[in-house]
Amino acid sequence: MFQILSKQELAQGTVVANEIEAPRIAAKAKPGQFIILRVNETGERIPLTMADTNPQRGTITIIYQVVGKTTALLKSLNVMDSIMDIAGPLGRPTPIEKKGTVICVGGGTGVAVLHPITRGMKQAGNKVIAIIGARTKDLLILEDKMRAASDELYVCTDDGSYGHHGFVTDVLREQLGKLGGEVKEAVCIGPVPMMKFCAKVTQEFGVPTMVSLNAIMVDGTGMCGCCRVSVGGQTKFACVDGPEFDAHQVDFEGLSKRLIAYLPQEKEAMQVYQHKCACEAQG
Amino acid sequence: MAETAKKEKVPRTPMPEQEPQVRRRNFQEVPLGYTAILAQTEAGRCLQCKKPSCVEGCPVNVDIPSFVKRIHEGDFVGAIMNLWEYNSLPAVCGRVCPQENQCEGVCILGKKDKPVAIGNLERFAADWARGQSDIPLPPIAKKTGKRVAVVGSGPGGLTVAGDLIRKGHEVTVFEAFHKPGGVLVYGIPEFRLPKEIVAAEVNFLQRLGVKVECNAVVGSAITVDELLGKEGFDAVYLGVGAGLPRFVGVPGENLIGVYSANEYLTRANLMKAYLFPQYDTPLVGGQHVCVFGGGNVAMDSLRTAMRMGCDDVKCVYRRSDQELPARGEEIHHAKDEGIQFFFLHAPVRFIGDQDDRLKAVELQEMRLGEPDASGRRSPEPIPGATKTLECDLAIIAIGSGANPLITGTTPGLEVNKWGYIMADADGKTKKPKVWAGGDIVTGAATVIKAAGAGRLAANSMHRYLTWGW
Repeated sequence: MFQILSKQELAQGTVVANEIEAPRIAAKAKPGQFIILRVNETGERIPLTMADTNPQRGTITIIYQVVGKTTALLKSLNVMDSIMDIAGPLGRPTPIEKKGTVICVGGGTGVAVLHPITRGMKQAGNKVIAIIGARTKDLLILEDKMRAASDELYVCTDDGSYGHHGFVTDVLREQLGKLGGEVKEAVCIGPVPMMKFCAKVTQEFGVPTMVSLNAIMVDGTGMCGCCRVSVGGQTKFACVDGPEFDAHQVDFEGLSKRLIAYLPQEKEAMQVYQHKCACEAQG
Repeated sequence: MAETAKKEKVPRTPMPEQEPQVRRRNFQEVPLGYTAILAQTEAGRCLQCKKPSCVEGCPVNVDIPSFVKRIHEGDFVGAIMNLWEYNSLPAVCGRVCPQENQCEGVCILGKKDKPVAIGNLERFAADWARGQSDIPLPPIAKKTGKRVAVVGSGPGGLTVAGDLIRKGHEVTVFEAFHKPGGVLVYGIPEFRLPKEIVAAEVNFLQRLGVKVECNAVVGSAITVDELLGKEGFDAVYLGVGAGLPRFVGVPGENLIGVYSANEYLTRANLMKAYLFPQYDTPLVGGQHVCVFGGGNVAMDSLRTAMRMGCDDVKCVYRRSDQELPARGEEIHHAKDEGIQFFFLHAPVRFIGDQDDRLKAVELQEMRLGEPDASGRRSPEPIPGATKTLECDLAIIAIGSGANPLITGTTPGLEVNKWGYIMADADGKTKKPKVWAGGDIVTGAATVIKAAGAGRLAANSMHRYLTWGW
């Protein structure tokens, strides 16, 4: 059992941050790696990339958006409650080294995953330009942390309620145009369409780009092949070959389709869960 | 001799089973087990050979005549105590061992009549013991102070754990999944091996003192060198299984509805997708199912799909029925349940709709050529002979490769060209203090072979822990 030590609601309660006691994982985890958790005995196994670790305290932090039954169930847990199973760290860590100037682009909850990578890039001696975005101001997360982790931070909102009015790709293009060949690498993490369009922009400028893929997984150790994704025409397993891949080689179309493989079942599970919650609330 | 002749007249006691038309739609166990009277009758058929070939035929050399004799005499406690001396997993092995190729395959009675139903008797003794509360635990040797890490809680790892704990060593089993049992819980379906039985066998080992740590991914969360270093273990056994699904390598294999058998069975068994939405893990429904491959894993996948509610379930195998590698009993069960067999066909392309959901599969017709290295006649395509079948659920059960998670993070561990760990007959690897066995050494095999490898390795590890390298 893995005890929840803190719970913080972000983005109007649509996103939750949990600090969880997991000393073995905290001691080992590096930016870019993920865990697989199972909330309770009847739960499914879902992967979540870690947003932070604290080896001294023996804790990891996960930040997740409530999108379905499992994340709703996770949100229902409070401080001192426990998550039944957590396995990790899994996947390859982000290769962090000094390259010069690096651009880190994050969208939605992807910013949570991007933050430790951004911090690592800066600590490695890179000049880090960060661009983060959300649909609207209230849904933006980790702005202060991203500001502290980078040399320059640009914020975008789709509706113009805060920062640049538009998409992260607009600012990305502008920065790449301005900095020319100075940018040695880009890291883009967020919803699949965002990563896809970021990859298109960086490809125009010939900047090597990494994306972190949130494929559906079961075991997370390369045993089942559920998370397969086509990269450069070859089938890769996101759990052991990734989760990060060369953005210019990833088949984003195939990935988006596989991500909704269980959409009808996910809706059904959510309905059953909401019904159960409603019944329990009524007593 | 007169007595022998009399015994041969008793026919082999059939195992009571669920009717095919009933069981094809439920996940309860197919064979129902012997009653005490049936077991005693069957045990009475044993000739009690002076030189029992059945013992030689068993990979862990269970003293079969002794436990069978005890069952016949009604001494069920004696029978289980005797089994436990040789086998930590009798309830599992009684169910899933291919006895027809092992103990029962060499039983003298089998020459003229049917062999003694050794597997059914082993299962009876173990199931009977599980229902008792006052059975003494087998004796444990004096503590040696040595600590052993077993990586992987499948049949091999559990055998090593059971053997070494009884020899007085401290044993911790590390399992990557959230439940112990390895292939016994994620792979073999409930209707062939109920999960409560695996849990009971693991619980038995825990009562002997074995520690089990789940969610522990060795190779990632902890390395083998750390187990031998800061974690303070004196020896390590790697019984991690093959663990890398093999795909066919044809177009369309990433479509939704195409599964590796590993994934399909893990979702169905370990995650209990057959109880969705009571359990949260889903599976693609599918009405027209093709399972590719002809081994035991293919049979498990076929029969699981049938129980998930599919009616049109086909086994597509590229060789003929003569070459089917699955156990006879499994094929027989599958056929009884309405599984169709489609021999001499191989997939060439999976075809999807606009949402990338599988809707059909194109098959190539094959014919048999010359025998290959495995001695089986190798299939070759008949030019121009292809057909397309309606198919919305495809399960690839053509074997597994070696998962590099541990071998890639353990310097000094030598692997062969397929990535399997190199180990000698005792399971000793090239890396000091590290033993390995089961599928990660031999490639995909059976539960009892993994247990047999575990037995040999446990003996070798015990010698090392007692006298040194």
